[in-house]
Amino acid sequence: MQGMSLIVKNITRLVAGFIAVFAVYDIVYGHVEPGGGFSGGVMLAASVVLVVLAFGGEFAGRVLSVEVARWTASLAVLAFLVVGLGGYMVGQFFQNFLWRGEVGELASAGTLAITSLAVGIEVGAGLFAVFVALAVFRRGSQASAGSGGMLQP
Amino acid sequence: MDQVVPLLVAIPLAGGFLMPVIGRLTKSHRAIAILPILMACGLVVIAISLLARPDQTIVYWVGGWKFPVGISMVVDGLTRLVLLVIASVSLLTLLFSLEYMTRYTSPGLYYGLFLLMVAGMNGVVISGDIFNIFVFLEIASIASYALVAYGTESDELEASFKYLVLSAIASVFILVGIAFVYNVTGHLNWAKIAQVIQAGGGLTMPLYVAAAFFFMGFGLKAAMVPFHAWLPDAHPSAPAPVSAMLSGVLIKACGVYVLCRLAFSVLGSHQTFGTVLLVLGALSMVLGALMAIGQGDLKRLLAYSSISQVGYVVVAVGAGLVGLGLAKGSEPLTAASQFAVFGGLFHLVNHAVFKSLLFLCSGSIEHATGTRRMDQLGGLAQRMPVTGWCLRVGALAISGVPPFGGFWSKLVIIVALAQLAALAHWAFYIPAALAVVTAAVTLVYYAKVWRSVSGEPSGVTDGAREVPVAMCLASVVLAVLCLATALVILPSVRNRLIDPAVRVFAPAEAASESATVQAAPADGRISTPAAAQVAAKRGMTP
Amino acid sequence: MTLAMVPFMLTFLLLVVGLYAVVAKRNLIKVIVGLLVMDYAANLFLVLFGYRSQGHGEAPVAPILIGGPEKVADMVARSVDPLPQALVLTSIVIGLSVTALVVALAIRLYEKHGTFDTELMRNLKG
Repeated sequence: MQGMSLIVKNITRLVAGFIAVFAVYDIVYGHVEPGGGFSGGVMLAASVVLVVLAFGGEFAGRVLSVEVARWTASLAVLAFLVVGLGGYMVGQFFQNFLWRGEVGELASAGTLAITSLAVGIEVGAGLFAVFVALAVFRRGSQASAGSGGMLQP
Repeated sequence: MDQVVPLLVAIPLAGGFLMPVIGRLTKSHRAIAILPILMACGLVVIAISLLARPDQTIVYWVGGWKFPVGISMVVDGLTRLVLLVIASVSLLTLLFSLEYMTRYTSPGLYYGLFLLMVAGMNGVVISGDIFNIFVFLEIASIASYALVAYGTESDELEASFKYLVLSAIASVFILVGIAFVYNVTGHLNWAKIAQVIQAGGGLTMPLYVAAAFFFMGFGLKAAMVPFHAWLPDAHPSAPAPVSAMLSGVLIKACGVYVLCRLAFSVLGSHQTFGTVLLVLGALSMVLGALMAIGQGDLKRLLAYSSISQVGYVVVAVGAGLVGLGLAKGSEPLTAASQFAVFGGLFHLVNHAVFKSLLFLCSGSIEHATGTRRMDQLGGLAQRMPVTGWCLRVGALAISGVPPFGGFWSKLVIIVALAQLAALAHWAFYIPAALAVVTAAVTLVYYAKVWRSVSGEPSGVTDGAREVPVAMCLASVVLAVLCLATALVILPSVRNRLIDPAVRVFAPAEAASESATVQAAPADGRISTPAAAQVAAKRGMTP
Repeated sequence: MTLAMVPFMLTFLLLVVGLYAVVAKRNLIKVIVGLLVMDYAANLFLVLFGYRSQGHGEAPVAPILIGGPEKVADMVARSVDPLPQALVLTSIVIGLSVTALVVALAIRLYEKHGTFDTELMRNLKG
């Protein structure tokens, strides 16, 4: 997969980092402000997809890896389930067993913060893996020669 | 004891998330399959242990959040029955896929998707919250779309696309129905919605619209005519264990079960919904059987037969509903309606057993000979005795030949319909007659199946050998179960298994009483007069 | 028909438009877009049903808590119903998963047949 023009590459160089930081902010403040795990995860995946689209498959294949994305997604969603099972320690399934601070503070709401983080990581990694599976893994017309590790399914 | 209820969803979910990881670690099909089979055994153990106290309704509030903020999981008689069916059929199907899936790649993904589908179905069945049912329904449906397309051949992809589009439309309709119900009642909890509707004096126009959307959506998930168009393409193209799960369990857990819950426990107003179910069920029964006669592909015939048999279940349940609506306290009519519902649920259990047996046998046949066309299968029974006999047992059971379970359930349905016709209204004779005719037609096309595996050996079956032990074991256990379900007629088995489910459907006031009084403990005031009656009976102050 | 019913009518129209696209179009991609439109129309229905037009005589606000715990009661009195918004969040995620799956299927179908046209792919008699 080829990259795009010079203008797109330059703008992406400037912007992709900010998008990723904003996504992380959204995930971390998910239990206090609107947004949360899912929307933050989608933005995180979008920043990575932007880099892949702008710079092409070869560059992205050297820097990012699909295997890491898949492992991260699986482990994050297992962490979510472990947090849920941890609720058994204090009573019910999925009960909030961590410290709940004041409403509106960052350090509050117990397990909600952790599940927000887990969902954000999982959605980001998962959507990136989906994008790679759909757009980069091609048989037939688009030749896969010389594009590095990205094209291994 | 109650803490075990969410494990029904948590265990297969954990399996669904773990399996892709394990699939990337090892490549051996059989090693990967050990964990799912263990999990399925665990689910069967939990389902059987829930049968220990058949009449108690367990209400579990997830996360400790009580009414009205929390999401509840409700286990009552009907839930226990369907849970047992799901757990048993999934265990045997997993045993079958141990050997069968060696012909496909990426077994980790297959088992992951399979366990996600089981988690979704369990979630639909135990959920006490209307939107939660939608979420788990979608989990199960998405997993099944991917499973139908698993082989990625051209036919499978087309079938999966068609199934996906139709099923997604159904999900959108269900969501719109949920929006209407929330707007009218202001709650999402089943039991509370039933209370609010009864307190508000029955159904109003928006609720009828919501009911119409629900019937379209869940009718498509249950493959009732006229919403059946996806089933004859999706079930044959899927791998055999997936077809067994789809046809045996998914259309019942996601379709028929939720329709029963809606029509009986939540919405009330029995006659309208009962008549709709009766008509749609009778149509499915007859059209499915007629279209099955002309099929040459074994799995396509089995798919149309599924439509027909699910029609039986829906006819029985619908007739019971209409009977309860007309009963108004008359004892013989209530008893006859309960008998009809008993027949419907009994047939649901039976059909899960013998349809999955038939699909697994067709998978064994495909594994051994590579074809599904019945005209090429001659002489199979001599080369593959175990599969041949299992196929014959399944055909006998589904056609309603005594002493197999299918005979008893069809008999109960026809007798119940005739009783209702004598007691309530002569129009019940029509579905009764159609049920008899359909049973005869079912016998005709299963005789065709029987004849096709006996007889002269053809070129295709010459190289066929008996299938590996695991597949045989699954088929044989299911064949034994076909015979064993006839024992449900005995009162001791029936009281444990099906009567608690029937009692959920008994007069609507009783159903919403036990569920609402239990599910709204924080709400000390009891609003409906019927619930006040029950409270007085139990010695609580209203 | 009051003015308040107009958004609901329009959303229902959107649902019907999506249904038409799914049923009547030959191109796979148009079918997928129709499916998306239907899904979002249903989500819009849910959000519209959460609108509350009362509270302190002022226009209702979005259910976002600004400030500490002392502002909670104020927000609850003035905001629209937050429950449908939580439901819609879940529904959007579900819609995303279905979209990802159906697009993957469409890509595989394109690779097998070389075209997106369903008439040319008609293999199964259903």
